[in-house]
Amino acid sequence: MSLLQLLWYFLIGLLFALFLILDGADFGAGMSTRFLATNYDEAALVLRTIGPHWSGNEVFLVAAGGSMFAAMPMWYASLFSGFYLLLFFILVALIFRGVSFEFSENAETRKGRNRWMWANFFGSVFIPFLFGMLFTDMIQRLPMDGQGNIYVSLLNVINPLSVLGGITLTALCLYQGLHYIALHTAGLIRYHASAMASNLYWLAYPVEILVVIALYFQTNFFETHLISTVVVLALIVATTIWGQITSATGHEVQAYLASTSTIALLVILIFVGLFPNLLNAENPAHTISIVNASSSPYTLVVMTIVACILLPIIAIYFTWSYISQFHRISLKDMEDTNSGY
Amino acid sequence: MLNLGLSVLPLARIQFAETTIFHFFFVPMSIGLALIVAIMETFYAVTKKPIYKTMTRFWSKIFLLSFAVGVVTGLIQEFQFGMNWSDYSRFMGDIFGAPLAIEALLAFFLESTFIGVWMFTWDKLKPGWHALMIWLVFFGSAISALWILAANSFMQHPVGYRIDPKTGHALMTSFAAILTNKQLWYEFPHVIFGALVTGGFIVAGASAWMIFRKKWPEFFRKSMRIGLTVGLIAVCGSFLTGDQQMLYLSHQQPMKFAAAEGEFQNVKSPASWTAVEIAHTNEHKADFKIEIPYLMDILTYHKLSGSVTGMNETNAKLHKKWNKQFGKNMNYYPPVNTLFYSFRIMAFGAVVLAFLAICGLWFSRKKKNTIGKQWWLTLLLTVATFGPFIINTCGWLVTERGRDPWVVYGLLPIAKAVSPSTTAGSVLFTIIIYFFLFATLGVFMFMYARKALYKGPEGVGDHESYDTEDPFSKEAFEK
Repeated sequence: MSLLQLLWYFLIGLLFALFLILDGADFGAGMSTRFLATNYDEAALVLRTIGPHWSGNEVFLVAAGGSMFAAMPMWYASLFSGFYLLLFFILVALIFRGVSFEFSENAETRKGRNRWMWANFFGSVFIPFLFGMLFTDMIQRLPMDGQGNIYVSLLNVINPLSVLGGITLTALCLYQGLHYIALHTAGLIRYHASAMASNLYWLAYPVEILVVIALYFQTNFFETHLISTVVVLALIVATTIWGQITSATGHEVQAYLASTSTIALLVILIFVGLFPNLLNAENPAHTISIVNASSSPYTLVVMTIVACILLPIIAIYFTWSYISQFHRISLKDMEDTNSGY
Repeated sequence: MLNLGLSVLPLARIQFAETTIFHFFFVPMSIGLALIVAIMETFYAVTKKPIYKTMTRFWSKIFLLSFAVGVVTGLIQEFQFGMNWSDYSRFMGDIFGAPLAIEALLAFFLESTFIGVWMFTWDKLKPGWHALMIWLVFFGSAISALWILAANSFMQHPVGYRIDPKTGHALMTSFAAILTNKQLWYEFPHVIFGALVTGGFIVAGASAWMIFRKKWPEFFRKSMRIGLTVGLIAVCGSFLTGDQQMLYLSHQQPMKFAAAEGEFQNVKSPASWTAVEIAHTNEHKADFKIEIPYLMDILTYHKLSGSVTGMNETNAKLHKKWNKQFGKNMNYYPPVNTLFYSFRIMAFGAVVLAFLAICGLWFSRKKKNTIGKQWWLTLLLTVATFGPFIINTCGWLVTERGRDPWVVYGLLPIAKAVSPSTTAGSVLFTIIIYFFLFATLGVFMFMYARKALYKGPEGVGDHESYDTEDPFSKEAFEK
């Protein structure tokens, strides 16, 4: 394995992690429009907090997918064609979520706006749920042929681990969203968000225990990467506790950092557990690994140069877009801006 | 899943056509509208006249709707190369992935970040800085076209690659060659001009409809003139670039060129141009030809002599060249009627648009504005709103169907590109769901755009009347 292959494996993981961390908050906010918000105005307030950022956050997914295609095309091709219908439903959810912001802005009546808020809600629930399924499906042994084609059965897609994976990621995004709302709103909803998060964290522990059991039975993580898997799992439990305590005590920044770390650790768990393979075949001879999935050294060099130039620039203006627009929004601000728009 | 006697390949092709055509309704629309909105906001930043601020906010509503639909349907594109065309992705990943990833890093981040800033900083940033945000969105979306077309150009005309003897996959040997691919520099400006035509005529056509309905005539006259100016310049630009592209095609992809002109037999110098025909692609001949002498040479070579190689001769050459590698059963004829008529609709449509733009600019000039009385023109311009969508689609049909039977010209036939693991049943299922999904998006998008239009400048909080006919002015008394 070359250094560049390793670097791109890391970068793909980083981009997916950033997608789940940043857009995860948007999904959580979308879910909060029904779970947290008690009325229409609060729901609109919640969506307003993510309004300027969600489309930029979503680009991390496009960048992750594009990098996968560019740096490890065999992985991209096998995974995306193998889990065809799962990815299709992810797309449908992404499409409904994606148009809901603009469409609800344009809908004339409250009923019309509400319709698109529901679209946002369902999109926000299903995107992390289905991605959670995909990430936990792809770490299991898969029926593959020598060309890397995956012929999934229903059981390869829907199984205990993947359902738990879906629940885990959905719950994590909800925590992330609640912490984000606590950081970006003023008024009662700010405290409700923290309180709700700290209560919902009780759900996390039983799910985490079940995930560990399912991981043991359905993946080879404990055989191939015993120490790192155990360490990462322990850290996940630790950051969950951290998140619960800080949201209960009103340390909003820390709570956001805690759920951010949990999501990052989840991606680390998967990417470390797979390493150096990408897709484990039932017939070990057909397994796709970083080495045989990667692009040529020339392409990797080109992509590395491009990434080295562009990523720092993106980091600067992307961070600026968050910092320059950071302010707590209250229900009163919403009334003021509505009259102007 | 279900086996209905259907095979995956045609279904995957139908789905690709369905998703790309629908996506490409909104891509040129948002690129074009982004430029027009940026121009309007720049006018405001420079002149500080409130009408331009109202214009910016008014047209941005329609722009943002198209942007939203363009982005979500673009996600499909990113996924479907892997989902439906996994063997293509394996063959081309080393080359195709790089521009796609760069597109995301260079273009999508730029446009998506700054559109978020732009939408929420109307009152926070000074007009000049705020206008800069929308210019960044425009550059982001225009640059994205460059990268995706770099990938497409490789498929039309592969350069800077070698074939890996072990795997048979294409490997990149020169990134510079891929970026300097001649095909790309014919395609890219043509597509950008096409996008500006789209944006220009949407603004002009929608404005013309409102002028026809006698609502806020001055506001919409000004909007229409901006739209028509951009539209007219862009139509001229797309003619020039399209003309260059055809000349290039005539020797680079002679099959596509001959099919677009409907010529099975060689045409001797001086070559006549076929205006109408019915092609029988399978029998390699055409009926009902109506020809105009010399016109082919004038249009293609810009002189009065020159011959054209027909499809039949090219077909024989291609068989000779590729029979060993790809077998005798390859069919090198593209669907001739599709190409022939798509090309004519595109070119003829552009002429009509140029004519309407000149008329519109003439009748709406400030000195002698009679556009409110030219009901025929405003109605025609309204219909022309939808023209660019058809024209763009026809252009892509020529380019993409003209590459048949290749997905990567001379390297990979379409039949070998499809995902082996997908089933016909699942692709049929997704085609149907996409259809209803797109219909829903299209209907709502149109409905909301129409609603925004009918609210006029009042919809963005401007209650100025914008009426040219001041009841107390001199002209009003004289009437």
